[in-house]
Amino acid sequence: MNGLLILIPVALLLGLSGLVAFLWSLRAGQFDDPDGAAMRILIDDESPL
Amino acid sequence: MTYVAPDGDWTKGPVETRFAVPDMHCAGCIAKIENMLPRQPGIRAARVNFSAKTVAVTHATALTEPDLLRAFDAIGFEAQPLLNEAAVERSAALKRLIRALGVAGFAAMNVMLLSVSVWSGADGNARNLFHWISALIAVPAVAYAGRPFFTSAFRALRVGTTNMDVPITIGVSLATGMSLYETIIGGPHAWFDGALMLLAFLLAGRVLDEMMRGRAASGAEALVRRTAPGAMRLEADGASAWVSADALQVGDRLMIAAGERLAADGIIEQGESRFDLSLLTGESAPVHAGPGDTATAGTLNLDGPVVLRVTAVGEARAIAEIARLMEGAAQSRSRYVRLADRASRLYAPAVHLLAALSFAGWMIAGAGWHQSLLVAIAVLIITCPCALGLAVPVAQVVVCSTMMRKGLLVKDGSALERLAQADEALLDKTGTLTLGRPAPEGIDAIPQAQRAIVRALAMASRHPLAVSLRQALGGADVGPAPLTDIVETPGEGVTARHEGRPVAMRRPRPEELGGDADERAAVALDLGGPAPIVIRFADALRPDAREALGQLAALGLPARIMSGDRGEAVAAVAGALGIAGQGDMRPADKMALLEAEIAAGHRPLMVGDGLNDGPALAAAHVSMAPASASDVGQQAADIVFLGDSLLGLPKAVRAARATMRVVKENFMLAIGYNVLAVPLAMAGKVTPLIAAIAMSTSSIIVIANSLRLRGAVK
Repeated sequence: MNGLLILIPVALLLGLSGLVAFLWSLRAGQFDDPDGAAMRILIDDESPL
Repeated sequence: MTYVAPDGDWTKGPVETRFAVPDMHCAGCIAKIENMLPRQPGIRAARVNFSAKTVAVTHATALTEPDLLRAFDAIGFEAQPLLNEAAVERSAALKRLIRALGVAGFAAMNVMLLSVSVWSGADGNARNLFHWISALIAVPAVAYAGRPFFTSAFRALRVGTTNMDVPITIGVSLATGMSLYETIIGGPHAWFDGALMLLAFLLAGRVLDEMMRGRAASGAEALVRRTAPGAMRLEADGASAWVSADALQVGDRLMIAAGERLAADGIIEQGESRFDLSLLTGESAPVHAGPGDTATAGTLNLDGPVVLRVTAVGEARAIAEIARLMEGAAQSRSRYVRLADRASRLYAPAVHLLAALSFAGWMIAGAGWHQSLLVAIAVLIITCPCALGLAVPVAQVVVCSTMMRKGLLVKDGSALERLAQADEALLDKTGTLTLGRPAPEGIDAIPQAQRAIVRALAMASRHPLAVSLRQALGGADVGPAPLTDIVETPGEGVTARHEGRPVAMRRPRPEELGGDADERAAVALDLGGPAPIVIRFADALRPDAREALGQLAALGLPARIMSGDRGEAVAAVAGALGIAGQGDMRPADKMALLEAEIAAGHRPLMVGDGLNDGPALAAAHVSMAPASASDVGQQAADIVFLGDSLLGLPKAVRAARATMRVVKENFMLAIGYNVLAVPLAMAGKVTPLIAAIAMSTSSIIVIANSLRLRGAVK
């Protein structure tokens, strides 16, 4: 029973952080252009920053 | 046109304009646009959205749309300004649904975790604790994720109707409220997991449905987009200024440069040129017009500059007339009720009745209101249309992604339902049965060594014949040869010098055509040989046209031609394909014929490409267009097929019929599950555990059945 008092908040927090991460990525536009994201990895960025 | 230098400082703030760039195909295109465009004057940044094929350009306020289009042109891309706000709104609606799905999914999983502990025997204080934690998660989650259903149900109830969302809303809110009560009094059963799982499954169906709908955009929107956004107006004092299309007035004099699209209808005052009417008629041959001739908004000026006196603007333009026809046509189609909606019209009252009956039955049996209400909630939860809500969208999404890989783009889920019902096919000729572009015949006559010269000559002009010649030579690894003194004379051709010798690509003289009264377009090439090489152009039938029509007929869709072209030209093609054909049809005629067919009880499939087909495409029961179609054709059609082959038509019909078979199976599975589960629920034997198992099993079976469609497109 004592273990539960730790484990349940831990489980909820982990789940909640997953949800927050999802909502953040949705807001940050990471789902706006899935095809483009797949393509961009192929771009050779030659200009050194 | 004078170029206005952008403000050195960005005090007015950079503005963002969105453009559609359909020609992006690869990572190279993305890199090219994003790296090269900001190097053009006044442009600060460009960001590509490859999925939507759009580019957002951040630029100085002083830059006008033509400046930006020229910037795109300079790096080799054709762009169209995007004005539609509707697409933004649609993607916002989808985002809201995805967010709700995320919340419901998170909450359902965590509550399920706690519920499993309760079902496996936790009792006493532990059970109460778990119920309280579940309540803390579930109540806000239901309030947030359930909003799409609550608002829709509320809207339906306010106008006195009922829809699928009404039993969902009643079921979910009753279950949540009752579970909260159970939690407070320390009762044994809480339904939080059921309510949340229900929301998660239903939202998944809604998200898929919304994704399908998001692709369908209104045709009229694109129509206005394709006319020029403005024009260069000549003022009385001789100055000229760029004005936007809605500021134009009847009587204005406009300077139309070569390669510019007309923003208004008018009469040509000075200059002569040829006009590409393909947006209006679908015909690829350009039309010659000089002083006194009328020109229509949306046509493209090909050769030389002309001065146009405006006779009609805005809603009075000929192109706006077609937009009005299309709007009316689309309204008649919106009367089609989707299968899922028809099912829900029967389903919702049945569910309410069953729940009310169980409540009344248990009350009469003397069970007390608490237990009777629990039974009624069990009935509502069990009958809630999880599997039913997934039955249609999952099948449609699976088949649409498969079709997309085969080059068939489905814009609307209900298009598949309608296509499965089609019982006849009406086809446009030019651009649909034929390729819609002049293809050069006998380019083998050009000696290999001189092809580079021809390529270079063709690249100097944007005349359709030159473009076609360039494309035909493009595949043969021919780089353009260096030319000097390039001069393009409107209506005559291109002359230049190659290594000192004169070369030309020009209009052939009558004697060079060999005297036969041949109506085909032709060009003569002077390449330094003794006689010019004459290349003829013809609009060829699409490959597999005959086979595709044969397969359609075998599927029960006899084909007919319905064309705006001359009767003889239509009869020739119809005869070659062995089908009936009718020519000389105006857009309104085509639409009237389709409406007559629909009134006679037929379900016509319309296949067309031009703007003149737009009203017919919108009026037909279901419509398809080739990817080469005008924007309006593509927007008005339900399904767009890529490539030159017509075999996509029978392929799409077969896929649509397979989809409907699977959707009906899914409905049978969902109903069969209810027939088994509802008596149990009414008998009061359903606990939250049984409900959770039954709901997820039925949903998984429906999804698995839909996945069989992955092989359906053959």
